[in-house]
Parts: sequence; structure tokens; C-alpha cells
Amino acid sequence: MKHDELLKQMTDAVVNGQAAEAETLARKGVSLGIAPGELIDRGFVPGIRRAGELWEAGDYFLPELVSSAEAMKVAMGVLQPELEKTASREGGRPKSRVVIGTVEGDIHDIGKNLVAALLAANGFEVYDLGASVHLENFLDKALEVDADVIGLSALLTTTMLNQRRFLDLLRSKGHRSRFKVLVGGAPVTEQWASDIGADGYAENAVAAVALCRRVLGGGRP
Amino acid sequence: MSARPLLPVLRPRVELLSRPFIEQIIDEALTLLGLHGLLVENEEALKLFREADQDVDAASGRVFIKRELVEQCLRTVPSSVTLYDRSGRTSFVVGGDEVHFDPGSAAVTILDPSASKIRRPETADLVRFVRLTDALPHLHFQSTGLVSGDVPEGMADVYRLYIGLLHSPKPVVTGTFRMESFAPMRELLASVRGGEKNRAQKPLAIFDACPSPPLKWSRLTCQSLLDCSRAMIPSELISMGMTGATSPVTLAGTLVQHTAENLAGLVICQLARPGAPVIFGGSPSSFDMRKGTTPMGAVETMMIDMSYAQVGKHLRLPTHAYMGLSDAKVNDSQAGLETGLGAVLAALAGINVVSGAGMMNFESCQSLEKLAIDDEICGMAYRLLRGVAHREDPMAVHLYEASASKTNFLAHPHTRKWYRLEHSFPALADRDTYDAWAELGKKTMADRAADRVKSILKEHQPELLSDDMLRTLRDIMTRTAHGHGLPSLPLDKQADR
Repeated sequence: MKHDELLKQMTDAVVNGQAAEAETLARKGVSLGIAPGELIDRGFVPGIRRAGELWEAGDYFLPELVSSAEAMKVAMGVLQPELEKTASREGGRPKSRVVIGTVEGDIHDIGKNLVAALLAANGFEVYDLGASVHLENFLDKALEVDADVIGLSALLTTTMLNQRRFLDLLRSKGHRSRFKVLVGGAPVTEQWASDIGADGYAENAVAAVALCRRVLGGGRP
Repeated sequence: MSARPLLPVLRPRVELLSRPFIEQIIDEALTLLGLHGLLVENEEALKLFREADQDVDAASGRVFIKRELVEQCLRTVPSSVTLYDRSGRTSFVVGGDEVHFDPGSAAVTILDPSASKIRRPETADLVRFVRLTDALPHLHFQSTGLVSGDVPEGMADVYRLYIGLLHSPKPVVTGTFRMESFAPMRELLASVRGGEKNRAQKPLAIFDACPSPPLKWSRLTCQSLLDCSRAMIPSELISMGMTGATSPVTLAGTLVQHTAENLAGLVICQLARPGAPVIFGGSPSSFDMRKGTTPMGAVETMMIDMSYAQVGKHLRLPTHAYMGLSDAKVNDSQAGLETGLGAVLAALAGINVVSGAGMMNFESCQSLEKLAIDDEICGMAYRLLRGVAHREDPMAVHLYEASASKTNFLAHPHTRKWYRLEHSFPALADRDTYDAWAELGKKTMADRAADRVKSILKEHQPELLSDDMLRTLRDIMTRTAHGHGLPSLPLDKQADR
């Protein structure tokens, strides 16, 4: 393929966490007239996948992983508008939408930010509501953007209870079946997720991406 | 041989920073406060800054603190604080190189020894925790170490202070979770002292207040600083940067931010009331880049603690650190290793208030058994600090004259005279022969600690409050509980008499 070298550079830029380089390469790809879908699928996505693998293997630590996600995000910032131009012509492909935040009473957001960054890097449309988010706001936003997944983070055992309250809220409003609800945070366990009737729990940000894919039926985001 | 004057004892000490290093940390911190500024999310505090002629960006709440103001505030803040126990008789100097250990505060879980699992603590746990702290000799202060799960969250901060005051006379390290809680907490403290004037003159409690890294004092924590300063309650400034996550990744970089946040807190206190007591403390940590956790048992965490304490000492301030705790989940070797290392280093660094005993799992869990083990660790640290003494002169040559024919010193009057002062005796560490240990059931340290906790809780009788005082405190607490929709306080078997 004639663009193989450029695509490989894109992969490397994400693997190495070079945001400025990723942006330059994305613009170059666009100016060469390569389809944005191809730049994403064959250039950048293999990079974020590889970063995930390196994390899983224990070679990458958080600074590398976050830098890769950042490079991916910057590249997507360039390619997303291009993709939408093409999509409007070709019908495009819908992206899965995730509403995410740290539950009310809890200001800890490092873990949640990681999950949001990696989800965005992996092509999900992420609505990050921030920290100490009122439970009603999760639901309002999810309804507004027609989300597929709602992610609730909590670092404290005291605020973890709000994850249960949110599921109660969803049920009481009759929206439980409309969204997949995923929970995470230091004190959260698989058992807790199952006790409160959530759709899943992931131990870290890389696992959270896989979990999102799984609960959405394994298809592409 | 004639006796010479006894030589002074060298105080064992460890310092990690050179003087120029400390001076640069402080200089960069002041530059940061002046140029970059710091977010203050409290209108009252912002007003004080404006009145002190500081630049405030109204839109963002960012305050640019001038170097001169910090220097002026450093001149009005006291260099030491004296705490008094509940009776007002025993005093503790927080300053100089004094070291006081207290349990780690505000755990949301307790390790259940029987099942080796963690659970939410309730009133009975809180009472046991306070009574045990009261009995353990090397913990000079108590702390409101557990958040009780059987009262509404909105009153949990007042309630843990109430239980602490009821069940132990030791001075208490505490703090507010909500702004509204300060008034009833102050009322409890004033009642114990028999009035506001005595309360202010003889502080019984320290209030912790944590800035939010990087470089922010929130509405709640600012208010705690303002309220405490006006009431002359010592504020313990707990900066808590996490290397590479919420503060620079280098230890030196984190020290700059730590110093800047603490100095800003100190300024808020002095603006509220010049001369208000402030303790230069913290709970920063090394951030684990693999797990995304904040290990308090990491040696780098301890190095940051010892270093900022050195900065605090350089500024002639009382100091505090979260040391002598562990990230282990049970009372295993890791628990002892991390706690032992931390407590000893804190003592060698001369940190005035060392919070952490009993704590595990990243400051989230308390264990009564660990508290008993840690008390023993603190005892060893105190012994270390007493150093090698020159008891008599000459040191030894005279001991050989009369006992030339003897092969040991056991019956020597010199041995009997000094052994209890020179040596400490553990309550828990195993010093039995193998056979004696096996005979006693091959118990581990944790097993022996559990036995000791049981026996202390059965036998120890803390100094009691008068019935009148008990009633007064209970009235304040009950009123607060009613405000939170709780009709009556949970049963407290030890106090409900």
C-alpha cells in the first residue's frame, strides 16, 4: 500500500505518546486525500491498541498510557470533523456514546479521567460530566445525548453507595433497560457491581474499554 | 579514677535536605504563589485577601499572594502549640523536636479480625477504638479515627469527636466534613473545658484541613481554617500532592507545591486572626504509576514527609505527617515493615505530630490489632530517640574491679540500677525460645495483638466524665442528631449509665 509508511508513523506516534507528532501526521493524511476512516482504522487505532497491550503486559505504566491516549485524542480531534463530512455523504457509522462522571459527594477524578480518555481514544463518544456529579444529572445527560453506556466512578466507600442509588433512580424512572450501567473505583468490586445490579465493573481503564465493547455486543464503537 | 561531668546525649536525627535546597523550595513556593496564584473557593477568605491588598481574579477566585504577606504571616504565627488533655492537667508541647504519635484519622472501614475482611464501622467499634487508644501508652493523642456508619453522614464528624471526648481524656486530632459541623464541635470542646475562655487557652483538639492539589483551598477547608483561627484552635495543614498525578513527579517538585499550599493556608489563618496556631503538616504520597494508587508505605512518600517537615522546621513551625502506616490489607509482614520504617523515620525527623498508627489500605482502614502492634513500634521509636546515655562516669571500667571473679553481670548492683531505664520490654514482640513459643500455641504477632486488644478492652477503665458533663455533651450531640433526623443516639454501652 502506498501510504503504509505514513500509517506506521501514525501508529508509532500514538504508541510513543507524541501528541504534536500525531496531530501533524493526521493533517498530513487529510491533505494527501486519504480517507479519514482509513487513517483512524489503519493508522491511529493500531497505536492505541498496542499501547493497551503494552499496559496489559506490564511494560507501560500510567504516564505512557495516558500520553498515548492524549496523542490519540489530538489525532481524533483533527479526523473527527473530516469523518463527519464523509459520513454525511456516505451515511457513516454511528458511534457508541458514554456518559461518565464521579458520583456526587466524591471529588476524586483521576481514575475516571483515565477511563474517559481511553474510551475517547478508542473511538467512543464520551460525555465527561466531571466530579461530584448529581445522580439526576447523569440521567438527564444520558437521555439528552441518547447514551448507550453510563459510567459511575467512586473512590470512597461512603460515596460508592451512590452507585446503588443511581440504579434505584434509573429503575424508579423506568429507564433501567435503556442504558448499560458500568461502575468503577478503588472500593468497587465485581461482587458489588452484581449486588447493585450494574451491567459490569472493570478494574482499570484498559479493562473498561474492553468492558464497554463487551456490553455493547462486541461490535465496534 | 575521678568522675568527669556526664556527656550530653546526642539526639538521633535524620535530615534529607541541605540548607540551600530548603531555601530554594521556599523561594519557588513563594514565586508560585505570587505569579501563578492559588484558587480560593471561599468568599470570606477572598475578602480577607482583598483587604490585605492582594490581587484577586474575581472571575476565577485565583489569589496572587505577595511574598511580603507570607513573610509577615510567618512572623505572627506561633512556633509551637501546647495541647492539654481533657482534665487540663497534662500538657503536650507540639513544637521543637517533640514527637507525638496518634492513630490515623477518618478511616471508612475497620478490619474485622475474626473474618479477615473489612466492613463499615459502627458506634461500638468507635468506642472500642477510642478506649484502646486511651490505654496504649505510646499514643499521646487520640484521633477521630473511624467514621461511624450508623449515624447520618452529615453528623458523622461531630459524632466521632463526641465519642472521643466521652471515652478518653487524650488530646484529639479531628476535623470537619461539613461547614455546619464546626459550631457543635466547638460547643463540645468548650463544654468539656467549662467555657469558651478556657477552651481557647487550653487547646484540646487539632483540626485537620486539606487543600486540594494542585494549589486550591476549597470552600469547606477554607472555612475550617477561618473558624479554627478565630477560635484559636490549631489548624493542621494537610497538603496531599500525589507525585506525577496531582503534583510534579519529582520529590523536589512536589515539595515546592506542598510548601506553597501550606503557606497559603497559613496566610488564610493569620489573616483571620494573627497569632492563630498552625501546624505545617501533610499527607502527600508517591503515586503508583501502575496501579493508580497512593502508597503511604512507599519509601518515597516517607522521604517527601521528612523533607517538608524539614522545611516546616526551617520556618520555625510545628510539624505533622502521616507516617507509621501501611497499605497492607491484613496484619502481615508488609504492615509491620512499612509502619516500622515510617514511625522510626518520623521520629528521627523530629516530626511533632505523627498520624498513622492502626491504619492500612491507603488511609482507608483501621485495625484495632494493628493499633496495638503500632503502639509497640512507637515505643521502640521513642526509645531510639532517647539515644545512648552517659549514665555514670566512668562508663564501665569501675564495674570490673569488684567482680573480677564473676562471669556475668546479672547480680551486679549496676545492672539492677540501670536495666529498666536502658532497656524496653515489648508487650507483643515474641522473644520466647522456640519451645516456649510452641507451647503457647505458635501464635503470630497478629494473634497476640488480638489477645491484647481483648484484654485491654475488658480491663481498661478510662478516666470518666462526671455525670453532669456526660449529660451536657449528650444534649449537644442529641440536638445535632435531631437536626439530621436521627431521633436518638445509637446505644453506647460504655457511656449509657
